[in-house]
Amino acid sequence: MNLAVRREETSGEFELAGEACRADIRGALFLVDARVLIVSDLHLEKGAAKARRGHLVPPYDTAATLNLLERSLALFDPRSVICLGDSFDDAGGSSAMPRLFRDRLATLMAGRDWFWIEGNHDPLPPEGLGGDSVRAMAVGGLNFVHHPSAGSVHGEVAGHLHPGARIVRRGRSVRRRCFATDGARMIMPAYGAYTGALNLRDRAFAGMFREDGLVAWALGADRLYRLPASELMPG
Amino acid sequence: MNRPLTSDPTDGATLLPGAFARWFATRGWAPRPHQLELLGRVAAGRSVLLIAPTGAGKTLAGFLPSLVDLAGRKPSLPGEAHRGVHTLYISPLKALAVDIERNLAKPVSEMGLQIAMETRTGDTPSHKRQRQKLVPPDILLTTPEQLALLLASKDAERFFAGLKHVVLDELHSLVTSKRGHLLSLGLARLRRFAPELRAIGLSATVAQPEELRRWLVAQDETLPMADLVQVQGGAKPEIRILDSKERVPWAGHSARYSIGELYEAIKAHRTTLLFVNTRSQSELLFQELWRVNEDTLPIALHHGSLDVGQRRRVEKAMETGSLRAIVATSTLDLGIDWGDVDLVVHVGAPKGASRLAQRIGRSNHRLDEPSRAILVPANRFEVLECRAAIEANYLGAQDTPPLADGALDVLAQHVMGMACAEPFHADELFGEITTAEPYARLDRDTFDRVLDFVATGGYALRVYERYARIRQMKDGRWRVSHPRLAQQYRLNVGTIVEAPYLTIRYVKAGGQAARGGPALGKIEEDFLETLSPGDTFLFSGRVLRFVGIRESECLVANAPGQDAKVPYWAGGKFPLSTYLASEVRAMLGDPKRWGALPPQVGEWLQIQQLKSVLPGRDDMLIETFPRGSRHYMVAYPFEGRLAHQTLGMLLTRRLERAGAQPLGFVASDYALAVWGLRDMGEMHRNGKLDFGDLFDEDMLGDDLEDWLAGSWLLKRTFRHCALISGLIEKRHPGKEKTGRQVTVSADLIYDVLRTHDPDHILLRATRADAAYGLLDVRRLGELLSRIRGRIVHKRLEQVSPLAVPIMLEIGKERVQGEAEEALLGEAAQDEMIREAMETK
Repeated sequence: MNLAVRREETSGEFELAGEACRADIRGALFLVDARVLIVSDLHLEKGAAKARRGHLVPPYDTAATLNLLERSLALFDPRSVICLGDSFDDAGGSSAMPRLFRDRLATLMAGRDWFWIEGNHDPLPPEGLGGDSVRAMAVGGLNFVHHPSAGSVHGEVAGHLHPGARIVRRGRSVRRRCFATDGARMIMPAYGAYTGALNLRDRAFAGMFREDGLVAWALGADRLYRLPASELMPG
Repeated sequence: MNRPLTSDPTDGATLLPGAFARWFATRGWAPRPHQLELLGRVAAGRSVLLIAPTGAGKTLAGFLPSLVDLAGRKPSLPGEAHRGVHTLYISPLKALAVDIERNLAKPVSEMGLQIAMETRTGDTPSHKRQRQKLVPPDILLTTPEQLALLLASKDAERFFAGLKHVVLDELHSLVTSKRGHLLSLGLARLRRFAPELRAIGLSATVAQPEELRRWLVAQDETLPMADLVQVQGGAKPEIRILDSKERVPWAGHSARYSIGELYEAIKAHRTTLLFVNTRSQSELLFQELWRVNEDTLPIALHHGSLDVGQRRRVEKAMETGSLRAIVATSTLDLGIDWGDVDLVVHVGAPKGASRLAQRIGRSNHRLDEPSRAILVPANRFEVLECRAAIEANYLGAQDTPPLADGALDVLAQHVMGMACAEPFHADELFGEITTAEPYARLDRDTFDRVLDFVATGGYALRVYERYARIRQMKDGRWRVSHPRLAQQYRLNVGTIVEAPYLTIRYVKAGGQAARGGPALGKIEEDFLETLSPGDTFLFSGRVLRFVGIRESECLVANAPGQDAKVPYWAGGKFPLSTYLASEVRAMLGDPKRWGALPPQVGEWLQIQQLKSVLPGRDDMLIETFPRGSRHYMVAYPFEGRLAHQTLGMLLTRRLERAGAQPLGFVASDYALAVWGLRDMGEMHRNGKLDFGDLFDEDMLGDDLEDWLAGSWLLKRTFRHCALISGLIEKRHPGKEKTGRQVTVSADLIYDVLRTHDPDHILLRATRADAAYGLLDVRRLGELLSRIRGRIVHKRLEQVSPLAVPIMLEIGKERVQGEAEEALLGEAAQDEMIREAMETK
């Protein structure tokens, strides 16, 4: 057993369809030139949504997700923020969100352009939170949508699928959420505190990436790990 | 019972009706004294604990009071309402309930008794369950989980109102687990329905019979414990350690060296039962035996992961005596009768004296003939352990673990179940559950917090009031707030949280989407996690190639002629028991006892004495030595792998702080090796690192808390608590497709809860479990207090003989959870190197 030494957080740097990007360990993507921050699948109020169906999971996920969001915003200080869909776990989520969290979210939004992209969980604009609701939008050479398009596309950034990477090393399997990209397009990791992941080797991702260029940027404790396609295991 | 008492309540002979006496007589048998004594005591209205070795007629003894009572009952008149269940029999195994039904049916029909007997298990079809509720049998044979389900139904009170006896089989194995906690709560409820209920516990020999005697009755200081009827063991077993001509390996768990000699032993006996500690060991042993099976003797394999059909075929073949040998894991541990076994072989160390006694009891089911057994140690430390176990069995030493207080997650499940049955007053339910032994010491405040947890989650942030699962009515009673929640409860009842299993299914070699291949059995998801496509492994006696996972199935192809990449499935699953550990230490420290060991092992210890030192029984030896570019510290606490692993985690933190620059550690059942960049022996000598301070008990304070916070072991424990308490649901067949991305995993919940609500009741339950379970903190605490002032340090120039086994484990062990980041780093680094070296 080896001991890991904690270090300061470092972000990953790469190019996506010609745009300079940075990504952080929480799953936020930052466009350096345009100073736009993108987060996907926040699933705010997921705990409450579960509770409505009889599973009383702890109601702290919204607070936890907002804490993460605060750190990402402090790290990059973006001019604009794009929430790439499924920002709330269900359609009633935004209106039922406790005052406390609405106020915190409003503070984070203040002084920035804020865009809500519609997702399948939250097809309607969030209630009373401000910001602009759109189906899709473009910044520089990149297009932002919730649902990834089938086949290979150039310059698309999407969410929805919650990609995760699995590696097997020395008799042990490790799973992490990840940014999935082949340099031309990207599928974002889910950002919310209660969001799981779907293996990048699942059929749902078939045909979306050039295999020889596929890279998973796995979210680590203090850095991102650049995992090549050859390391990515199914299952 | 209406029968008048005779002057001596223990004189059961006078209670035995004529039909019974004649039945015994026609067989040339006489009722055994303990059977009659138990009959007398139960007839006198007492609860009884029967402790008897296998083969003593325990089952018949347990049922005799019921059969006698039922035989004397007036036949029911036409049109009379159905009488409820008279006797409830609870067994830890479904198979055991079925087995008992078969064994009991014979005397009942031969005596011409009109007694209805039925089983009710997870396999019982729903129409039969319905019918059982309307027309209950006289004797119902079932499991703890089914009892919980029956008690959670609305007609429970009517169903159990006439209950006279409850027979609890294999009680010693039930009470040490959460299943036992759930059962104790069920028993408390049964006593409320039937205050005169008598409990009859059947048990193998245990260390503390008083604990079980108390467990059987309502907790009330004014009432006596259950009576004790004890049968002394029969003939002494003949146990020996395999006296191998081959070299006994220094380390490892395969015992491959012994195959030839084992095969000869099988040939020399009628039927041999070979026990191993893990599934993978059973696979390996089975394959190796067939490799040398020139006479093609019928040798079979039996373990819990095999397909049910295949298991039943093996059991059938065993019953009819058509097998010469069977390789088995603990699935066969409990009291199922296996007929004509005349030799038991135990491969690997038995890990506990009581476990060994149980397993040896499988051979020669007659009390007056000695059982024959051979122990096969897989490595040199196991030789010591086997020796200690043999002596313990002769001495009758018992090392069953002490009973723990009732778990809070189990209580939460029970509270929900009781709400499903009928509305309850909190005061009354508290009064009832504290009559159960494991919960007798529960304080009211904790109970109220559990109640609050069941109702609204029990969170400091109170936002779920409107989603409450149980609610108070106007009269103050609590009821379930929606019928759907009762349904949810029923699907998740029980405390057995198995590692998720996947079905193994054949596809044609190379064939991708071949459908409908046969299923071979089930395999732990944890094990599959370690495989990559193309890897080979042993299952069901075959070498299989892992093709991939599709939905909830693991696809495999035949890989004939290939060597299996045998999984390193950490040694034995059971840690060395405290009792055996102390015996092994005593043996090490006493050269006079080495004569009983095989010569090669004795020689190993002599050289150790020459080159280093052997610690006394209560001492702990620490050796330090350099090797390669690293410095090693090896400690020999002999407290079992789990406690050593925890110790290793805590020690490396402290060594880090002391500047010793530790790099890693490895733990076995016997020892712990830590390596680092600086010479820890030198540091100790010049006062920079005091071993007394290093091993001080204060490590169980802040260091433990710090480490626990992020430990994967605690996460796994939390998952179990979350499932049992009903916070999250078990995975059900057909539901897996919803997938990882939709369900909120226990890990994520744990992280959030720990940060935002660290005093939550479920985290408390988790920590309590960890102290006994995967972390074995309790035992580590005992170790640290035992060795205070008794550390013996030996500085060496090179590795000592005693250190060789643990040194051989380095690099072989599966990497633990804390190292995940390091593995990701490796995977990413390889990529960097490839990139740097690429030329195109």
